[in-house]
Amino acid sequence: MNRRFGFYLLLAPLVVWLGALIIIPHIDLFLTSLSVKVRPRVYEIGLDNYSAFFGEPLYWNTFARTALMSVSATALTLIIGFPIAYYIAKLAQGRFRATLFVLCLLPFWVSELVRTFGWMILLRETGVVSSALQWLGLTSGPIEFLYNDAAIMVGLVYTSMLFMVVPLVTTLDSLDNSYIEAGYDLGGNSFAVLREIVIPHAKPGIVSGCIIVFMLSLGNYLTPILLGGKDSLWFTQQIYAQFITRFNWEQGSAFGFLLLILSSLIVWGGLKLTGQTLSKTVGQG
Amino acid sequence: MIPSIPQSPFLRDVYRTYVALFFIYLAAPLVVVSIFAFNDALFPSPPWEGFTLDWFFGQTEPRQGLFYDRSLLNAAMVSLLVAISVTILSVAVGTSNAFLFERENFRFKNFAYVLMLTPLVVPGIILGISILVMSSGIANSVDDAIGIEIEALRPGLVLVVLGQFSFIATITTLVISARLRKFDVSLEEAALNLGATRWVAVRTVTLPYLTPAMLGAGIVAFLMSFENFNTTLMLVGSDAPLTIALFDRLKEGSTPVLNAISLMLMVASALLALIMIALQRERRD
Repeated sequence: MNRRFGFYLLLAPLVVWLGALIIIPHIDLFLTSLSVKVRPRVYEIGLDNYSAFFGEPLYWNTFARTALMSVSATALTLIIGFPIAYYIAKLAQGRFRATLFVLCLLPFWVSELVRTFGWMILLRETGVVSSALQWLGLTSGPIEFLYNDAAIMVGLVYTSMLFMVVPLVTTLDSLDNSYIEAGYDLGGNSFAVLREIVIPHAKPGIVSGCIIVFMLSLGNYLTPILLGGKDSLWFTQQIYAQFITRFNWEQGSAFGFLLLILSSLIVWGGLKLTGQTLSKTVGQG
Repeated sequence: MIPSIPQSPFLRDVYRTYVALFFIYLAAPLVVVSIFAFNDALFPSPPWEGFTLDWFFGQTEPRQGLFYDRSLLNAAMVSLLVAISVTILSVAVGTSNAFLFERENFRFKNFAYVLMLTPLVVPGIILGISILVMSSGIANSVDDAIGIEIEALRPGLVLVVLGQFSFIATITTLVISARLRKFDVSLEEAALNLGATRWVAVRTVTLPYLTPAMLGAGIVAFLMSFENFNTTLMLVGSDAPLTIALFDRLKEGSTPVLNAISLMLMVASALLALIMIALQRERRD
């Protein structure tokens, strides 16, 4: 009897947390996205909020653009981060290796706002990069590097790097060097060894890194707004605008739900594609 | 490409240069933010006008330093309050969850575990709007039914704390579970054999063993709360935490007082990170 009581005592916080803050709010979000205002304070069930999304090119263009940019940011983060993770896991040694790893982590203990602010100081027209180029005589006038898609990319990749490098280092670390040696002994060149041995082994790390980076980019708000300027057209901005500026919560809920569906589909697809489960990838990260 | 396999010196140098460039890329934004906190100019951008501490200790506009900026200091206090509440809640619930998942067996345990992980793969802005929609719905119904306005369910600090807690609890659960998994249950059994009740055994044997993990989880929770932006943005009321206040200033274009506060944040995060590393060292010994 006592044991049973203890079990319910442990179960209660979990149920309250997940029920009241995750499950019920998401059901409510879904229901709100289905309600259509007929008159003030009178609602009907309908799909108007979703048809508004597909009827207005600005909305679905922004949605598609956000998704595409997030995919590109994920791919870039992987391409830039993989050699670094490999260097830390396989080439650096001892103290140097530990230092590099900590150096990789440190920037991410700093608020995203501060990091983005740093990029603004670097990239804007009166910023450090533009001034340096003028000082070197490479350009005659100031150049604006901010407020374009490339600037958004730089910021997204920077913000996401940790979430790619850490899982990659962990999986690459677990790869026994003798497998790599065997690959060379059997006559493989570096590229073949990479393709046949290293990448297949690192797949779990690649998948969990990509999932997290994609999700974070998709749901990012700060970076596109501050580095991409007013016309950066990120979908989270549309959600914010519907909720806070226009006070159209029904429309905003529909947008939120669409973003959630896209994000979940990519996570689910990524896991299915590689035969992983959420408990294995995120649970151990 | 591992140390035991010979490699062309040219490729090795290219690789090393790449790694070096990567770390410059990581450091650049943080370094410029710090440097311009001391620039004697009204705008955080080049050229360098000389060293000043005005952005920390300046007393009057337009050179009001961080320690005399009432609104920024207030925002920092709000963030502190929120972060402490979130930390306490998440560590408590995380510990309870750890015992639930590591010690108990029940139907739907796997399902509950996956559900427990989902907050990590839901974009923060969606967690925010779903909680906003639900709590406002409840507040409206209560108001309509009995005419009582529940202030706590309107955008404000209570909702900010709940919103941040909704996903930070997952992280504390994972950190504390990982430590509990390594615990030798026979130690607890020994206490029971020696006549301790179950609760006394857990309190005197298991909880002290878990303390480093609980502290570590607490530091992570504190930092994640202090730096959270997306979820907070959707739930904030009239008292803005620091990230929101900084964001508003950043959009307007502000004096280097922002650099000063960013530098303070970096120093504080670095200190907390060092404590974390020390805790992990201790755990390994």
